[in-house]
Amino acid sequence: MVQKLGTLTETASQTGGPYVHIGCIPTFAGLPGVYPEDLGLSPIAEGAKGEVITITGSIYDGTGWAMRDAMFESWQADGTGRYPGTPGADPAVNGFCRFAADKDTGEYTLRTIKPGAVKGHDGRMMAPHISIWIVARGINIGLHTRIYFDDEDNSNDPLLARIEQRPRVDTLIAKREGAGQYRFDIRLQGQGETVFLDI
Amino acid sequence: MTDTGRLIPRRRDMHPVPYDPEYKTSVTRSPNLPLLSLESTPSEETGPRFGHGLIGALDNNLILNFSKGAAPAIGERIRVHGRVVDENARPVPHTLVEVWQANAGGRYRHVKDTYFAPLDPNFGGCGRTLTDENGYYEFLTIRPGAYPWPNRGNDWRPMHIHVSVFGHSFGQRLITQLYFEGDPLIALCPIAATVKDRGQLDQLVAPLDMGASRPMDYLAYRFDIVLRGRRQTMFENKPEGM
Repeated sequence: MVQKLGTLTETASQTGGPYVHIGCIPTFAGLPGVYPEDLGLSPIAEGAKGEVITITGSIYDGTGWAMRDAMFESWQADGTGRYPGTPGADPAVNGFCRFAADKDTGEYTLRTIKPGAVKGHDGRMMAPHISIWIVARGINIGLHTRIYFDDEDNSNDPLLARIEQRPRVDTLIAKREGAGQYRFDIRLQGQGETVFLDI
Repeated sequence: MTDTGRLIPRRRDMHPVPYDPEYKTSVTRSPNLPLLSLESTPSEETGPRFGHGLIGALDNNLILNFSKGAAPAIGERIRVHGRVVDENARPVPHTLVEVWQANAGGRYRHVKDTYFAPLDPNFGGCGRTLTDENGYYEFLTIRPGAYPWPNRGNDWRPMHIHVSVFGHSFGQRLITQLYFEGDPLIALCPIAATVKDRGQLDQLVAPLDMGASRPMDYLAYRFDIVLRGRRQTMFENKPEGM
C-alpha cells in the first residue's frame, strides 16, 4: 500500500450536440428573451486599442462539407499582448467571443482587434494569435486550435515550431484578403487537416 | 504557493474517444491526425470571467425563466445541484455553469428538432448560474424526456441535461452531459458509450439525493463536476535548458 493521492479525475467530456446553441447562444438559436443578450457577442467594446479585423471562414468535415451547426469560442490578448484581467490590459477588450457557423452557408465571422504578441513562460514571444475552441454534434471533446496571421512574423513562435511537418503550419495561419480582412478555414479531418492542440 | 502553475495535461483516456463508429456523426468529425501536445501557456491559463451582474434572478430556474414567471413548465420538478472542483479537489468559485435540455416530452425548442412530441409553451430549455465562493451551484428544472434520434436503426437518448463549465482558464473549458440514476437507456446510448472508462461514465450519472429534495415540491439530483487542475509547485519559470 502507498499513500492516497487525493487528486480527482477531470469529468469526461460529452458532445455539445446539435442544440448547443440553445444553451450557449439562445437568442441566435431562436429563444430570444430568456437572457437580455447572448453571452460573448463581441470580444471588444468601443474604443478598444488596435487594428480592428474581421476573420471569416468555414469548418469542413471529413467529406469536405461545410458544417452548419458548429459553435466556436475565441480567447485572445489585447492589442499589446496583455490578457484581460492582467495588469495594464485594455479595459475595452474582454477577449472572449462566441460565434457560430451560419445555418445556411456554414460561414462564420469573428470581428475583433488583432492581438499583440504574448510572452511565454520561458520568455520567448508567441506570435499574435487567437485561441479557438470548437464544439458541435459529433465532436466528443471540444477541439482547441489557434489562429495566427500571415502578415505577422511567425518564424519564432514556439508552438508553430513544434509542428514537424512544415506544410501543416499553414493550417493555423489566417490569410490576409484585404485591409483588416482575413480568411481562416478549419478542416476537421483528411486532406489539409487543421492542427488541433492538446494544451 | 499560488494556484498559477501550468495546467495539468488532459488524460485523454479518461475522455470519450473522438472517433466512434457507433456514434455516426463522429466518423467525419474527428481528427485523423494526433493532437499536438504542449505545455500550457498564458493563452490557455487565462480565460474569461463573468460577474454576478450577468445573471438574472430566474436564470437558474428553467421552470419559470421562459415565461418570466408567468406559468410553470410542464414536467417532473427537479433540483440539480452540485459542486465544481478541480483535479486538486479545490473548489472553483464564481465560474459560469450553463445548462440546456429537452422538455418533459423529449423535444427541444429548436427549428431543427422535428420530433412530434409537443413543445411546452412555458419551457425554453436553457439556464445559467455562477458557482458560489465554495464552488456550489444549483438549478431548478423539469426532468427532460428521453427521445429518439437518427443514428442506428432505433437509438434513443437517455434523459440528459447538457452542462457547460468555464473554470478560470480557457484550457479548462468543458461541455458534458448529466444522466439520471436508474435510466436503462444509458447503457444503450452510443453517445454515453463514447466514454470507454466505466468509472468515468458513472461520474456522469447523477444520483437521486433525497436529502436535498423538498417535500411536496421537487426531487433533487446531485452532479459534481471536476475541471482540469493546475500544477502546484515552486519549481516553475526555469529558463530554458536549466
